[in-house]
Amino acid sequence: MKVKVISRSTDEFTRERSQDLQRVFRNFDPNLRSQEKAVEYVRALNAAKLDKIFARPFIGAMDGHIDAVSCMAKNPSHLKGIFSGSMDGDIRLWDLASRRTVCQFPGHQGAVRGLTVSTDGRVLVSCGTDSTVRLWNVPVSSIMESNDSSNNSAKPLAVYVWKHAFWAVDHQWDGDLFATAGAQVDIWDHNRSQPVNSFEWGKDTAISVRFNPGEPNILATSASDRSITIFDLRLASPARKIIMRTKTNSIAWNPMEPMNFTAANEDCNCYSYDSRKLDEARCVHKDHVSAVMDIDYSPTGREFVTGSYDRTVRIFQYNGGHSREVYHTKRMQRVFCVKFSCDASYVISGSDDTNLRLWKAKASEQLGVLLPRERKKHEYLEAVKNRYKHLPEVKRIVRHRHLPRAIYKAASLRRIMSEAERKKEERRRAHSAPGSIPKEALRKRRIIEEVE
Amino acid sequence: MADVEKGLSSRRRSTIARGRRGGRRRKNLNSIPYLVFTFSDFQLFFEHAFDFQSTYCLGISEEEDMNVMKYLRGEAANLEVLQDKKLKGQLALREDLYGKSAKAAAKAEKWLMPSEGGYLEAEGIERTWNIKQETIAREVDLLGSRNQYDIILPDLGPYTLDFTPSGRYMTVAGRKGHMAIVDMKNMNLIKEFQVRETVRDVVFLHNEMFFAAAQKKYTYIYDRNGTELHCLKEHGAALKLQFLNKHFLLASINKFGQLHYQDVTTGEMVGNFRTGLGRSNVMQVNPFNSVVAVGHSGGTISMWKPTSSAPLVKMLCHHGPVTALAFHSNGHLMATAGMDRKIKLWDLRKFEVLQTLPGHTKTMNFSQKGLLATATGSFVQILRDFSGSQNYSRYMSHSIAKGYQIQKLAFRPYEDVLGIGHSMGWSSILIPGSGEPNFDSWVANPFETSKQRKEREVHSLLDKLPPETIMLNPTKIGSVKPTRKKEKPAKQEIEAELEGAVEAAKKASFKKKTKGRSKPSKVAKKKKEAVYKAKKPFLEQEAKGEGLSKKKRKNIEEENQLPRSLQRFARKRQAN
Repeated sequence: MKVKVISRSTDEFTRERSQDLQRVFRNFDPNLRSQEKAVEYVRALNAAKLDKIFARPFIGAMDGHIDAVSCMAKNPSHLKGIFSGSMDGDIRLWDLASRRTVCQFPGHQGAVRGLTVSTDGRVLVSCGTDSTVRLWNVPVSSIMESNDSSNNSAKPLAVYVWKHAFWAVDHQWDGDLFATAGAQVDIWDHNRSQPVNSFEWGKDTAISVRFNPGEPNILATSASDRSITIFDLRLASPARKIIMRTKTNSIAWNPMEPMNFTAANEDCNCYSYDSRKLDEARCVHKDHVSAVMDIDYSPTGREFVTGSYDRTVRIFQYNGGHSREVYHTKRMQRVFCVKFSCDASYVISGSDDTNLRLWKAKASEQLGVLLPRERKKHEYLEAVKNRYKHLPEVKRIVRHRHLPRAIYKAASLRRIMSEAERKKEERRRAHSAPGSIPKEALRKRRIIEEVE
Repeated sequence: MADVEKGLSSRRRSTIARGRRGGRRRKNLNSIPYLVFTFSDFQLFFEHAFDFQSTYCLGISEEEDMNVMKYLRGEAANLEVLQDKKLKGQLALREDLYGKSAKAAAKAEKWLMPSEGGYLEAEGIERTWNIKQETIAREVDLLGSRNQYDIILPDLGPYTLDFTPSGRYMTVAGRKGHMAIVDMKNMNLIKEFQVRETVRDVVFLHNEMFFAAAQKKYTYIYDRNGTELHCLKEHGAALKLQFLNKHFLLASINKFGQLHYQDVTTGEMVGNFRTGLGRSNVMQVNPFNSVVAVGHSGGTISMWKPTSSAPLVKMLCHHGPVTALAFHSNGHLMATAGMDRKIKLWDLRKFEVLQTLPGHTKTMNFSQKGLLATATGSFVQILRDFSGSQNYSRYMSHSIAKGYQIQKLAFRPYEDVLGIGHSMGWSSILIPGSGEPNFDSWVANPFETSKQRKEREVHSLLDKLPPETIMLNPTKIGSVKPTRKKEKPAKQEIEAELEGAVEAAKKASFKKKTKGRSKPSKVAKKKKEAVYKAKKPFLEQEAKGEGLSKKKRKNIEEENQLPRSLQRFARKRQAN
């Protein structure tokens, strides 16, 4: 006869000293855990509710400007510094951690319209309606220490006067050139008082410009003739252009997929394009109810933030048709500029009410250092929530966002209008000869033509 | 629109696929420690592998595959049929993750489990069921043999008993009012007290701090110091109690055959149903789906959930009263015993008898590893499924002293021990291979400290399941209900509805009005109008869906067209 029974000595299964951690034994047998799905579902529901409870995205406002904030620039080599320029010509450097002005630059005579920082983070370039481009030395030490001597004003390194007002400026990701947009697109060098190159395609003003993060010589601009143009600095003339039905206010390249860019359009939508294939948009991001003024990609390339004339800031997935998140406060007015922070965890918006506002990119994220166990717990809850997100209760809680009445009404009105338009089109198609009215996707419908 | 439908259907498919598998695979993946080999280990391993490659390699991989299947919880979703590329990509990624985590879990099971299960093997002409407990006690180690004892308390019996899910604590109750809590690890008596009235059943609540006792008139909740916390008068004179661990529901069946569900966290009475099948003291909760089964004197077994007043299942299992009932922890197997001297094993997926064994038992219990204990008088028999095909046969037997009447059998979780409550006290015997050798600290920990207990209490309260989650197939949660075509109501139903509407219209009273507007004739007219209004939608419906088919209608028209003298031939011609 051979026999054995289970016998556990207490010593083997408990800790030796009271300072030790308790010993943990795992057995993943599904039979030990009954009703797993019900338990997970309840956890998902609770996680969704907790997320709602902890959703406090607004961190704080940074006031100091005395006119609307028109543009911002983040410093690629300092995480917590951000530059902002206002309509009265004031340029400030902010410390995001303490939410104070670190340095105030004398600025321009008229409105500042564009700000950008060189790749090494040492030179700030600004341009404005006073037809000047100014280069500033970035006070590195004051960012590092963020001391209280906020009247740390500096003299410009250089002032270049040119013949037209400027609307935007952007620096090359890798190199010494920067581009300005105005009556024409000019390419500048740091040390030359005149542009090294100028481009023109049509007579209209370019209003935004962005360099490609992957290929340093490619840039995209949008102009007030409703066009989006792609330039190659190595060519003598612009490369490609599309004309849309409405004006594009701003452009942002996806830093992780640098062939793709997203355009913030006047018609309340954002359009993601593949720059190699401009005849249709890859994705249309709908949700704003007024013109989208600015757009910026997260460094992860998976989402982007938009600021709109409807007084809200929204965060979209790079491939999502609707926004993941909407931020608004009672005091925030028209949003003119938005930026994702360089660590992808904060969003900064500048608006008409002269304030910069700092938001969390994930509304219910826990700030501060997380213990490994806490992090694991968050990951688990996130996964469970993701798994049961299609169930009605979870979906309802996760999707719900409170909106100001004006925006809610405007959204429902837009919905009614677009529905009516769709129905009308459908009926027209039904009553005409088959094939005479082709069906056109929204991705193509807003594009008038593509020019090469 | 087509796009939306496509998306829906594919999502449905995916959720069905998800439905087949539950689990916190993600968590598993995170928490599995990696295996660390030194170089010499590897060398050794490879040498062995080369030596026995031809004989063992296949066997090992097959065994691993089996384990992986266990952790996969069903087949993978069929992604080929999906139209939505985005969804397909996401699901493919997820399937990949599931596969990886199942493999990791199987590996962990193979290499990292701290203890092995018990066993009893006969040699030569020995038979396992002839081996006496004394022989086993002589062979096993001291710690094991300590679990074999008899407590003789002749005055206050017969005793019933219950274990906590971790198997650490036991509560016993004598019929005549003696109650005790025992710590089974060091055999300490934590508390013992006398209530001086009949105690019919006793059950632990969510942890060892509280237990409920069904006493003469009412059910009471006590804490572990023996303090009476609550008197649950609504349950009446309960005969049997069960606690649904995950839902925090205390279920009881009383003298009048009423089934009560009470939420012990809020005190709310969740369900109160009349079984309508008479007095019964056979009740058992199915651990797989928390459905409560009650055995009745007519030989039926009814299964209940707290959210419906009608039983989910009513099945005739025996000729004559049902005496005992037990569920296997995998949820597919139920054992019933009746006064007709039969023990039947049922497949709960098909509600079919798998096996009928002769025998009579007053109490039954399944162990964690699937051993079935039955008892008659003072004789205990353990059945075991040797082949793995749910074919139970004799494994062990044991007789306690003659004349003792066994009242209750309960396997101690995570131990090879069977607790027996009988008329003269309680005993405990060793049944090798009955318990799960490896516990999971996060599920049920026999070595739990008080701090861990408090922590677990909070967590289990946060994860408390609502009563709606109790259903026959708990894996349905999270899946999408397939859309069913709306069935046309039967003619009788329509007629009944019409009649109801007409009755309601007739009964409606009118406001008393002045100036002759409430004259009987006017009232009659109004009533007539109301009845017509009520009838109208039904009549319209009927006119629309005219029961006649096209062909029939055509025939009738034809008939009408013929001269009257010829009409009688028309049908005949058709018949030919």
